[in-house]
Amino acid sequence: MPKAKLPRKSTHIDMTAMCDVAFLLLSFFILTTKFKPSEALAVQTPSSVASKVAPQKDVTQITIDKDGKVFLSFSEDAPRKEIVEALNASRNLGLSEAEVTALATGPFIGVPIAQLKSLAAQPKENWPKMQVPGIPVLDTINNELVDWMRAVKTGFTGTKMNLLVKGDNASKYPSFKGVIDAFKKVDEMKFQMVTNPEGVEEGTELYRENMSRGKGGAEAAEE
Amino acid sequence: MAEMDTSSQGGGHKKGPGVKKSKKLSTRVDLTPMVDLGFLLITFFIFTTTMSQPTAMRLFLPKDTEKPEEQNKAKESGALTIMMSKDDNVYYYEGILSPDGANFKSTNFKEIRDVILNKKKNTDPKDFVVVIKPGKEATYKNVVNMLDEMQINVVKRYALVDIAEAEAMLIAATEGGPAPAPAPQQ
Repeated sequence: MPKAKLPRKSTHIDMTAMCDVAFLLLSFFILTTKFKPSEALAVQTPSSVASKVAPQKDVTQITIDKDGKVFLSFSEDAPRKEIVEALNASRNLGLSEAEVTALATGPFIGVPIAQLKSLAAQPKENWPKMQVPGIPVLDTINNELVDWMRAVKTGFTGTKMNLLVKGDNASKYPSFKGVIDAFKKVDEMKFQMVTNPEGVEEGTELYRENMSRGKGGAEAAEE
Repeated sequence: MAEMDTSSQGGGHKKGPGVKKSKKLSTRVDLTPMVDLGFLLITFFIFTTTMSQPTAMRLFLPKDTEKPEEQNKAKESGALTIMMSKDDNVYYYEGILSPDGANFKSTNFKEIRDVILNKKKNTDPKDFVVVIKPGKEATYKNVVNMLDEMQINVVKRYALVDIAEAEAMLIAATEGGPAPAPAPQQ
């Protein structure tokens, strides 16, 4: 009786190919990941069903922190220098060239206009750690954000600006109202609020509408 | 998973002291831990990429007009006024506020959806308008949630308006007064 000799196969699998794939994917994800720019201000945004992704270019962002302090910041490609110069001219601040550059390249602006000069004297690295009062908006007569928004409009002349409001969950409504009032004053009627995405609950009207809109053109109807 | 080193063991104490045999070491490396690590990092990056996309909610402000006759007049019967106050309390009334505050009702964020839908069903679509009045104590989150509620319930016309003195007083009376509110007292 011939012995059926089963060849003993090694249980080892060559992992090289799998390793190659894993690291290829890894490098792809590392390269495509856009890390959030280190936020100088920690803000917990509320969630909404809005599905449009927040723009990244030509952004003027108003941040309201949890104490209702208002900060102003810009994206990298915004004409920041022109904005600060416009404000310098309109309010006769007498900022020097170096101070304008310091303010324009800083992470955010969160002081009353009168304190801009002393803010510019500080090194930028210290700004996030400083206790700043925020831009005053609560006073209807002396809403300094109006001056800022005018300067921003001058700076963005000819370019489409994306106006973003990023508020903290816990901030109170009066600060937000001060911000909206400033927008109204300078005729900036369109703005966007940064939120976390949230699923639409089943059975609601929006859900039904999204369903009936069908597969195609779901993006197109977003207005 | 135990890896056996079969290529050579120990060294040649079986062989004579003079016999020099070059050890044949395997060039194979066990790549399993490396693959594990790779996939772990991949999952990390996958999650971070998709999670960190904030969305934006659009809002168009109406222009403030000086002359009252130019303003869009909301038909009073079709209006639903919603007010927000502290601790996520929500108040509403339909139409105009009666002088004694009889139609002033208290609710919360969960139930307001039914109120809106009910009103929407019972009102002529072209008269239906929701007026949102956040109080001084309302948070930004309340405002965004309420605007979101408009999106969810497909309310086409809504407005963000400052709270009136009478309404603020009614809310203060409801919250501070002896009448126990349905919300848990603090």
